[in-house]
Amino acid sequence: MFETALTLNDLWFLAKGAGMTLAVTAVSVAAGTAMGVIFGVIRAQFGPFWSAPLTFVLDIFRSVPLLIQLVLANAFQAIAKFGWEPFTTSCVVLSLYTAAYCTEIVRGGIDAVPVTTRRAARSLGLTWAQDMRYIVAPLATRVSLPAWIGLTLGVMKDSALVLWLGLTELLKSSQILVTRLQEPLFILLICGAIYFLISFPIARLGGYLERRWSPND
Amino acid sequence: MIEIENLRKSFGALQVLKGINLTVANGEVVTIIGGSGSGKSTLLTCINGLEAIDGGSIKIDGVEVHAKATDINKLRQNVGIVFQQWNAFPHLTVLEDVMLAPRKVLGVAKHQAEEIATKHLVHVGLGDKIGVYPSRLSGGQQQRMAIARALAMQPKYMLFDEVTSALDPQLVGEVLDTLKMLATEGMTMICVTHEMAFAREVSNRVAFFHQGVVAEIGSPDQIFGSPQNPETQKFLSGVR
Repeated sequence: MFETALTLNDLWFLAKGAGMTLAVTAVSVAAGTAMGVIFGVIRAQFGPFWSAPLTFVLDIFRSVPLLIQLVLANAFQAIAKFGWEPFTTSCVVLSLYTAAYCTEIVRGGIDAVPVTTRRAARSLGLTWAQDMRYIVAPLATRVSLPAWIGLTLGVMKDSALVLWLGLTELLKSSQILVTRLQEPLFILLICGAIYFLISFPIARLGGYLERRWSPND
Repeated sequence: MIEIENLRKSFGALQVLKGINLTVANGEVVTIIGGSGSGKSTLLTCINGLEAIDGGSIKIDGVEVHAKATDINKLRQNVGIVFQQWNAFPHLTVLEDVMLAPRKVLGVAKHQAEEIATKHLVHVGLGDKIGVYPSRLSGGQQQRMAIARALAMQPKYMLFDEVTSALDPQLVGEVLDTLKMLATEGMTMICVTHEMAFAREVSNRVAFFHQGVVAEIGSPDQIFGSPQNPETQKFLSGVR
């Protein structure tokens, strides 16, 4: 195990894979969160009845396995002649997938802000938008943060599935090396360590923000 | 002036207000007493436009609160309300909490909002708590902060909805003292309260609510000294 054919070049190859994983994750989490916030506000504001169509669509993205979504979306974009790169298709699917989960996190966060607190804000003359911006957003963010960090870490690992569309991200890079060097355990160990290295700061960031925001609890 | 005419309000099948008539002149302090479920608190939330109404009207300085054309956010700037639960904003310090509405609603500059907020916090006796988060305050202090927050909008009218009901008995006094101070300063106030001694001391008029109507209204001496309505007599003999 300690005599390995793995070279610095191969490590660089893995790092590039990790870069692809990070890029797909960053785009998807950013777009998915933006959509999730909008959908979450709609869900919280209009109640279960009026947001039922939206909830139904999002439920589809939450329940169908991601791999199936990726393959179907890729086939669909080919049939519809969108001409999307695998990267684009991957990001679109992962964004919607993220948005579906994020919507529920945002809705839960908004619902956690006591109605009486919002009433007090409105009674002072704050508009609905001001109430959302200055009272609901900060309080809901605090409540939602741990779940959102969990979602981000989950999406990062789930993004490995985009290798099926031909993207060479971290897991695919490892597979290529395993095939060539025939050292599966060692290479997967390194691959896992890289996943850990990019996840750990995100998890720590969550812990840090939670501590910083709770001097008042 | 606040003019309430034949106000009706239901929650589903339950009719809470069954035709309330009440006029509060500027500078007047009116307290509302009555059993639970008599519609006292509902009336206050209707005056501030937080609840829709089913009939009748509420006019504040001639502007109808529930008319479609009324800018309710603008109207609320003149009508402060303090609730039984003080509803501090937990993510803001005492000063930021009180500054928020003047800054965002009135568009006052930051340093000016700070001045206004500080002035009102000192006024209610919280001058030393300015940079503190509300969780570090007692219930009585949080309630006084809520009063300062409403006052910072420089409203013409103040509505107090059982502001001492959720407090420990030893904290009631400090909040009532704040209300008395406002009354002596000439603030127009409607107070829903269960504190009879307070009602007797500060009110110009006392209204007794019973089952969604004003059963009796008059000077404190009249209501507490020689109530005419048998329901008022029953209620007052019960609370004494």
